[in-house]
Amino acid sequence: MTPFAYARARTLAEAVGSGAEHRSDVGHSTGTDFLAGGTDMIQLMREGLRRPARIMDVTGLAGLDYIDIDGPVLRLGALVRMSDAAAHPQVREGYRVISEALLLSASAQVRNLATLGGNLLQRTRCGYFRDPGAPCNKRAPGSGCPAIPGQNRLNAVLGVSDQCIATYAGDFANALLALDARVRIASDQGERVIPLADLHRAPDQTPWIETQLAHGEFISAIEAPTSFATWRSHYLKVRDRRSFEWALASAAVALDIAPDGTVRDARIAVGGVATRPWRLSAVEDRLRGRRVTADVAREAAQVAGDGAMAHGRNAYKIELMRRTVARAIEETGMVGGTAA
Amino acid sequence: MSVIGSPVSRVDGPAKVNGEAHYAGEFAPKDLLYAATADSTCPAGTIVTLDTRDAARAPGVLLVLTHLNADRLPYQEPAERVAVDPVAGAQLRVLDGPAILFSGQPIALVVARTQAQAEYGASLVPAPYDADPPAKLRFDPALAQPTSEAAAKKKRGPETRKGDAEGAFARAPVTLDERYRLSREQHHPMEPHATVAEWTGDRLTLWSKTQWVGNERDEIARRFGLPPANVRVINPYVGGAFGSSLRTWPHVTLAAMAARRARRPVRLELTRRQLFTFVGHRGQSEQHVRLGADPNGRLLATICEATGQTSTYEEFAEPLLGPAGATYACDDRLTRYKLVPMNVNTPCPMRGPGWATGLVAQEMAMDELAERLGMDPIELRLRNYAERDPMKDLPWSSKALRECYAQGAERFGWSKRPLKPRARRDGRDLVGLGMATAIYDSGRYPTSASVALLPDGTALVRCATADMGPGTYTSMTQVAADALGLPLARVRFELGDSTFPPAKEHGGSTTMASVGPAIQEACGAVKAKLAGVADGAPITDFAAVLRRAGLDRIEAEASAKPDDAMKTHSINGFGAVFAEVRVDVDLCTIRATRIVGAYDAGRIVNPKLAHSQCIGGMVQGIGMALFEDVEWDEHLGRVSNGTIAEYIVPVNADIHDLDAIFVDTREPLLNPLGVKGVAELGLCGVAPAIANAVWHATGKRVRNLPITPDRLLTA
Repeated sequence: MTPFAYARARTLAEAVGSGAEHRSDVGHSTGTDFLAGGTDMIQLMREGLRRPARIMDVTGLAGLDYIDIDGPVLRLGALVRMSDAAAHPQVREGYRVISEALLLSASAQVRNLATLGGNLLQRTRCGYFRDPGAPCNKRAPGSGCPAIPGQNRLNAVLGVSDQCIATYAGDFANALLALDARVRIASDQGERVIPLADLHRAPDQTPWIETQLAHGEFISAIEAPTSFATWRSHYLKVRDRRSFEWALASAAVALDIAPDGTVRDARIAVGGVATRPWRLSAVEDRLRGRRVTADVAREAAQVAGDGAMAHGRNAYKIELMRRTVARAIEETGMVGGTAA
Repeated sequence: MSVIGSPVSRVDGPAKVNGEAHYAGEFAPKDLLYAATADSTCPAGTIVTLDTRDAARAPGVLLVLTHLNADRLPYQEPAERVAVDPVAGAQLRVLDGPAILFSGQPIALVVARTQAQAEYGASLVPAPYDADPPAKLRFDPALAQPTSEAAAKKKRGPETRKGDAEGAFARAPVTLDERYRLSREQHHPMEPHATVAEWTGDRLTLWSKTQWVGNERDEIARRFGLPPANVRVINPYVGGAFGSSLRTWPHVTLAAMAARRARRPVRLELTRRQLFTFVGHRGQSEQHVRLGADPNGRLLATICEATGQTSTYEEFAEPLLGPAGATYACDDRLTRYKLVPMNVNTPCPMRGPGWATGLVAQEMAMDELAERLGMDPIELRLRNYAERDPMKDLPWSSKALRECYAQGAERFGWSKRPLKPRARRDGRDLVGLGMATAIYDSGRYPTSASVALLPDGTALVRCATADMGPGTYTSMTQVAADALGLPLARVRFELGDSTFPPAKEHGGSTTMASVGPAIQEACGAVKAKLAGVADGAPITDFAAVLRRAGLDRIEAEASAKPDDAMKTHSINGFGAVFAEVRVDVDLCTIRATRIVGAYDAGRIVNPKLAHSQCIGGMVQGIGMALFEDVEWDEHLGRVSNGTIAEYIVPVNADIHDLDAIFVDTREPLLNPLGVKGVAELGLCGVAPAIANAVWHATGKRVRNLPITPDRLLTA
């Protein structure tokens, strides 16, 4: 690990005044990084994949670990631990997709430590990004992407570029995307609120820039508006082993179903297949006005792979995504015990 | 009931739970320094320059060693290669020159006051390479070469023949011709490899993770040109090894080199990423199997042509074709064995070495043949039951495989299995049942042990063997207590010190058969000595005898070695493994929901330990069948999933009902205890049983292990 200076932020102003950086290239990192749960950051630092000169520990900041359900909005402080949000009774009841996405992430030990804000910013698990001995455009711009001609079973098929096909590894963000959640961002300029859909960026020609966060910006809270759909929501994750594993494909689904059994509103996002959290509007459109049956779900999910681009070993993901989305829609239709 | 055969709990259990058990890397001599290495990122070529100035200036760094300033070590040749070494080639001489043989090869060693400082220093060593000659990075059976004469001497290829297999195959009315692939698997025991080295003058002490303290002493003595007596290797506890600590890997040399130069003790512990390149692995393999049978299922021809991988500097050949030679009766048989030399670190034995790998192909092929014949898979195996070892043409010393099939099938509920695949569905799950035969070569080595009867009424038993998890501490305490007629609590067994009476490798499932008889002999010898002074007093009163005779101990050392039984007979452990899987019909996820193994391992000294060994083997077999896959980038010549976050093994949630039963047998020839060995056998047959169950569930044959959801989806 590269030596670094450690500071503990006492106030939010102090934290955002640090100018902490949000990029994934090593060469640029002579600045400051935020440290929260550290479950990803410490791995990156130990492998030399991140070499901050300064660490600004934000875990001591007061007032950022709240879970409020305030009328029409679920508010989650950025420092809430994954395990606490997942276990919260009202989250479990009213925002099932969030609770499930969190519980299907990582391991119990990691969830006890990792924070929600940090979870949104976890880095890809692409094996080449994680290997300090391999080239990687995300880590060392211009060095090349060995995943494109190489071992890419776990790499993305949506949102890829000729520079990078690294998968966004998270689950929580996919659930939030399906719920039209917003992210509250603090900086020394004040505060701004953006749709979660705008937080992450596809790699395009600058794969080392993964979010739209500017230097010093700090995710302070996450807000998910309540709707009929949040009450009927579900997260399905397909993975190699049954726990402590990233997704081969996952789907976050929220459905608003009218009394006559037809879908009034559908929100669907997928994980494990794209370079950032990925919404499937075309699938949503196909569901509206229809009753959820296995056949309807399958038919709607057929368009899930539109625009996908495979690079050999990851070609299966297009079909697996369709099947995962279809199954998740079907299961969501049955949430609450009644088949819609 | 005799203490032998009792389900005694681990005598070392409390120490492990309390943290009193110290593993190699935890020994901390005074003034200990810490080391870390910089490793090559280029798979083949030459280091052009090596600039260590930044590393040398880094905080806390005391020493940087590279091929430019490291001592040239003599690396004396052994009179004879031990079985744990590759059959041919020259071992990696670490920091001996600028040549790069594989990516991950250590090129510099940094010694510092703290671990973090050493790692940081090592990160500051840049190394431009001249990538010439071009690296050999593709595992392509077309590039394979037949194994060498040295390998042939150990019956590891290149070819064995009996009758006219190819002719018989061409004439056979029912045939099978398929290729089976198994991914490279990586050793990742719970305890990473570590060595602490301390010099006192020209004497070296190593606290080092090893399955064989005696060989590590001899190996390091030869590398440094020391008399073996000047080297002491200590390793009382091993946190899993599975074959990864049979050889003395380069990090042991590095620790000793650094400690000598620094004139202070040095610790070097490998990271998880380094385990991929510092210690060996089960190399990837492809097996081309051709079987011919008559319509009644009698085998007319068995042909297995195997391709394995090895490094460019050593030839690692293993008994991969053991099962093809020994499992089923067939007059016309042929095996061939080739290796692809690649710019990788040399493979090494991994639990069930060779045999477990060979069984993957053979037992999947037998399942496919049963399908073609419309026959129950057990029935097919019974029709080809080998009453003698078919390849060696020797009688078995003991064989209760029929009982394994029968008792395993009964326990598992095999008779309810529909013959056709895809016949059982439960909700969204397809349910399938599969089975496989298990076989492993039993062995025994010459071993010595000592017993001391002490004035406090306890007996201290010693042998330079190891306990990497099977429970050597416990089972040998049982053997000694039985032989001495003492309660377990009055017997203490010590191991893992090269100054103790010598043993050979703690591997190949030979420990019980080798060390147990030596302890029995030593106990007999000490009892005879006691009788000389005891004046008829019972042995349990030896403390009083010592007091009366004014002695502080009565001690005896004895040896035991195998007789000709291994030449006159084939001696193998056997088993039948049964697996149930549930496969999601759409998502192609697989769960191994039930596994039962029935084993003929000879007499079972401790059923609790043996059961634990076998269900552990099942967990490992689930990993082999469904998860473990070292992804090799053939452009970079690097492992692309070189962490244990990315290289996955089973977690608790993947493990369901596991059960092992032992048929009541006693091996008559191999050793007086009647044992045949358990450990390797516990992995054998598990992966093919699961693969066969996946076929039975889905009707799809995936001949490429591990069977991951993508492979099943696209099959």
